Amino acid sequence: MKKLFNRKEPLTNTQLLMTITIGIFVVMYILAMTLLGGGFLHTQQIFDMLNDNASLIIVSCGLTIVMIGGGIDISVGAVTSLVVMSCVLYLNNGGNVFVSILLALGIGLGFGLVQGSLISYLEIQPFIVTLAGMFFARGMTTILSVNPQKVSHEGFTKILESKIEIPWLGYTAKNGNLVPARIEFGVVIALACLILVFLMLKYVRLGRNFYAMGGNQTSALMLGINVKRTRFMSYILSGLLSGISGYVFMMHTGAGNATNAAGMEMNAIASSIIGGTLLTGGVGNVIGTFFGTLTLTTIKKIVVSSGLNDPWWQSITTGGMLCFFILLQSVVLSRRSKKKKAK
Amino acid sequence: MKKAGKKLFGGGLGQLTIPIIAIALLVIFNLIRDPGFFSIDLLHNNDGNIVLSGNLISIINGASELAVLAMGMTLVTAACGGQDISVGAAAAIAGSVFVKVLKSGGSINGGTVILAFVSACIVAMLFGAFNGTLVAVFKIQPMIATLILYTCGRSIAYWINGGATPTVSSPILSGIGSFIPGIPVPTPVLIVLLMAILFKLLFHFTSLELFTQSVGINGSAARLNGINSTFIKLLSFIILGVCVCVAGTIGVSRLGLINHETLLLDVEMDTILAVAIGGNSLGGGKFKISGSIIGAYVIQMLTITLYAMKVSSTDVKAYKAIVIVLLVVIGSPVVKAKFSKFMTNTFGQGKKVAVKGAEE
Repeated sequence: MKKLFNRKEPLTNTQLLMTITIGIFVVMYILAMTLLGGGFLHTQQIFDMLNDNASLIIVSCGLTIVMIGGGIDISVGAVTSLVVMSCVLYLNNGGNVFVSILLALGIGLGFGLVQGSLISYLEIQPFIVTLAGMFFARGMTTILSVNPQKVSHEGFTKILESKIEIPWLGYTAKNGNLVPARIEFGVVIALACLILVFLMLKYVRLGRNFYAMGGNQTSALMLGINVKRTRFMSYILSGLLSGISGYVFMMHTGAGNATNAAGMEMNAIASSIIGGTLLTGGVGNVIGTFFGTLTLTTIKKIVVSSGLNDPWWQSITTGGMLCFFILLQSVVLSRRSKKKKAK
Repeated sequence: MKKAGKKLFGGGLGQLTIPIIAIALLVIFNLIRDPGFFSIDLLHNNDGNIVLSGNLISIINGASELAVLAMGMTLVTAACGGQDISVGAAAAIAGSVFVKVLKSGGSINGGTVILAFVSACIVAMLFGAFNGTLVAVFKIQPMIATLILYTCGRSIAYWINGGATPTVSSPILSGIGSFIPGIPVPTPVLIVLLMAILFKLLFHFTSLELFTQSVGINGSAARLNGINSTFIKLLSFIILGVCVCVAGTIGVSRLGLINHETLLLDVEMDTILAVAIGGNSLGGGKFKISGSIIGAYVIQMLTITLYAMKVSSTDVKAYKAIVIVLLVVIGSPVVKAKFSKFMTNTFGQGKKVAVKGAEE
């Protein structure tokens, strides 16, 4: 291992945890391919996972930013749901597509603004503020409409139906036709968000400030970082990404429902944790989060395709995997800190 | 003047100021809206017992599970500086075990109910110990450690039930869930009272309160002073396990069936809210159980008030959120500091003018 990389500095905690996640994901996927075969052998399986989870990936990016800054945002799933419902209703009442995008961004930004200012300038505990945000968004969604709403806007249905097709990644079906690999536009948006957030966290001053603030708030303050504004910005970004996620969610399902994105906040937190982000702040990476999301989905797919059909197995195995990752991280990090102390 | 003000607002009530103001505001609001809102009647219920009824009773009765959970959650919050988000799921497991044991015997009598409760309690304490071990021994943040059980808890309850929602009916269970013949007060209220007295006795006869606070304020300092902080954290989770079991039993007895999906749904969020409204810091340290209990009643009163205003049960959340934000904004340290600065400025200047006048 050392010879392979041959670097003077040891891996940072962020890199180490991310590497573990990616490693486990790859091993798990290869095992699934060899033992279960079937759908896992087609590239479409990965694309399906991306198609289904595009909005979760976007939300997890936002949550990772907040968690790196040492905070928490549990309103993301509810905001996603609210965005879907309001955009669907707006489009069905004769709106146009461009304004609906602005509406989605506006709702996300609004939540970010209010929550961010309450948390950073009034110093209220983030859990309580975002919990209130979650209640508010869920309540507003049902006030808008209790019944499921389907998009009937012509311009939007065109976007909904169009998919990117990649023939050379496809496979030949049993009847001899070539089935091309299909990707939705949402995935492209999700990957773009992922790359932008990754670059922002790595190279932009604001991104580095998030790490500094999450690592140690007092030292960040002494370094001359405007901690309040940095924290404010983290919630703004998370809100904005929730807005985008809502739009992507609508592009995937094409319908608004009060129970949309139920439990998404906990899935996003779980993805971030599996990806190596610590809730204490200062450690984390969106690439890890991305693989965290994929790992979570792969576990679910494996459970389904390995014949454990009883409805409880999916969440029990997810819980078990979560437990495994959390314990692994805890053990790895505590061993590292002991080594450091010994030196 | 300043001292008197401090005594009135700071010294006397301390952290209970906000929850008591909240309850007072809700009471005044309800009285203005409908003067008869808090009237209490004596009615004959279906079994022919004389029972108390009215909005006030339904508020106090309905908040019982929340109040019991809030007591345990306060302890966990104080010791670990984090919250357990798995209480709803754990209560579903405890309820399932309770029903499973009741169903396994032939007839339901006092003995089997006690046996069922004890076994449910043991299971809930084991799950509490699991969470507690992750938090105390492996030093994982409570929210993440309990995320595991939050994810899979309701599925485990489903699995215990064998994929069904079994019903149980017995006069003993209806005695726990609603009224005991001859006593006009709902039994869950009495259970809350009993739990509160038990906590009071626990804090009176042991040093748990002091130890928990010191662990929460500074774990390593507490350790250096000879307190086993790992054990205190673990213990707080096990005590929460008992509370979870009591809440689950009340919930099951109230309905006479166990539904793993809906039993105490979203209760974890309300519980944490009750702790926060009660003026306890979510970062650990000093705590007051009475604050959390009042917080639970504030939440339930808010919900019942909204129902009385004909807000549908799904929309309640939005209005609840607005009230919560108002409450926490009033209670936020920045607003408090600004307010006290404003007060001293006005009163202080007044004093200076008076002194100047005397000199002249």
